Amino acid sequence: MALYSEKVMDHFRNPRNVGIIEDADGVGEVGNARCGDIMKVYLKIEDDIITDVKFETFGCGSAIASSSMATELIKGKPVSEAMRLTNKAVAEALDGLPDYKMHCSVLAEEAIRGALEDYYNKHPEKKKGGIA
Amino acid sequence: MRIYADNAATTKMSKKAVEAMMPYITDIYGNPSSLYSEGQRAKEAIENARETVARCIGASPKEIYFTSGGSESDNQAILTAAANGKKEGKIKIITDAIEHHAVLHTLRKLEKEGFEVVYLPVGAGGIVDADEVEKAIDDRTFLVTVMYANNEIGTIQPIRRIGGICINKKVVFHTDAVQAVGHIPVSVVDDNIDMMSASAHKFHGPKGVGFLYVKKGIRLHNLIEGGAQERGKRAGTENVPGIVACAAALEESVSNMSLHAEKLTSLRDRLMRGLNEIPHSALNGDPVQRLPSNANFCFEGIEGESLLLLLDDKGISASSGSACTSGSLDPSHVLLAIGRPHDVAHGSLRLTLGNDATEEQVDYIIESVKEVVSYLRGFSPVWRDLCAGKSKFLL
Repeated sequence: MALYSEKVMDHFRNPRNVGIIEDADGVGEVGNARCGDIMKVYLKIEDDIITDVKFETFGCGSAIASSSMATELIKGKPVSEAMRLTNKAVAEALDGLPDYKMHCSVLAEEAIRGALEDYYNKHPEKKKGGIA
Repeated sequence: MRIYADNAATTKMSKKAVEAMMPYITDIYGNPSSLYSEGQRAKEAIENARETVARCIGASPKEIYFTSGGSESDNQAILTAAANGKKEGKIKIITDAIEHHAVLHTLRKLEKEGFEVVYLPVGAGGIVDADEVEKAIDDRTFLVTVMYANNEIGTIQPIRRIGGICINKKVVFHTDAVQAVGHIPVSVVDDNIDMMSASAHKFHGPKGVGFLYVKKGIRLHNLIEGGAQERGKRAGTENVPGIVACAAALEESVSNMSLHAEKLTSLRDRLMRGLNEIPHSALNGDPVQRLPSNANFCFEGIEGESLLLLLDDKGISASSGSACTSGSLDPSHVLLAIGRPHDVAHGSLRLTLGNDATEEQVDYIIESVKEVVSYLRGFSPVWRDLCAGKSKFLL
């Protein structure tokens, strides 16, 4: 059996939404180089909808694939829905990750949550509407 | 096209080794312990193999014990020395920080039993200082175990000098020579070695077989109890085809050694020169005192597993000391021991060329690594911060 599913390899080989957004409305960064994984997520938000999302990742194949899939899952979605993204959903959308790689999906969830929190911090007035 | 550049992990069996083992899989399948002719022919094959192996490393046949491979040999050698040392009331073992886990984990087990282990540091080039070995030995020391050549960074240790020191200090000297045997000249007599571990699949023999050299006069203790195979020191019906192929592979490797070493050294240097052109990269291990086939680099700003997967897509099989490739959280203990910080150790690449490697293949590897490193850096937040001056380049 291969280490990763076809879907993981597809998102690893052809990662979606790679890059940065210069004038992002929210930026989230998690992980550290010491542990070998860093993910940075950039969001563009208009009328509570995530209109654009980009990521940069330093990490293994599953970290890159998890970032790619997580950004796909929230692109075009309302902020409130993105807030509910779980690592499990990311892993499932990738047709599963090896047990010892599940933390990569956790990082992806945390990076997106971090970017959304950054957005709320910059726009405290949105917080009410966003969560409701 | 596939380029297998992970010969430190395992090697392709040589044609001669395959041919040598075939009769012992098909016709001569007798149990070497049996009295009838099928058994005795198998027994004879093992003894011939023992003579061949002994001749290849400058030992006598009675000093060779066939095992399941390097790890078993390391375990048996170290646990034997410990049992003998304990009888003399000695408790101290000297080793170094970059040993293989077969050695390190055996030593950790002994530490739990009350033995004292000194892990000597290595220099930036990954070489053990023989003077430090000498200084560390005291009258409670019974064993020094230092590998002949490192499996990750390929550095060759000053084995002959360390062995000489051990003779003077009257302590047993064991070396894990799994990466050296069949690749560089090894002589247990000239190198002052008391016990030595080797593994057949590292020199184009089959997996699951290796040997332990134990100098005459050292009392060997069993890991596996049972029948009287291997003069009662390693029970279990012998792996006859494996043992025969091990000897054939070693004989062939030794007879072609200088030819292969010369060719590989030149290809390795070409590979190292090419990879050195990648900005913010560094060679791991000593540039000269290293195995002919081994090139190991760290590339800042990227992670090793993704590098390996993309190289695999390009047809290149390689290896890395990154945490992600080992299933543990920490990167290679060897890279940390030579002073590479965690951040950089995650971005390591080990290439170990085979005897059939060509200049064209080496150039293709160089181009591929350059391309993949640059691609991964292109969306690495670590690399962006380094380039923006937000963090400092380590390499």
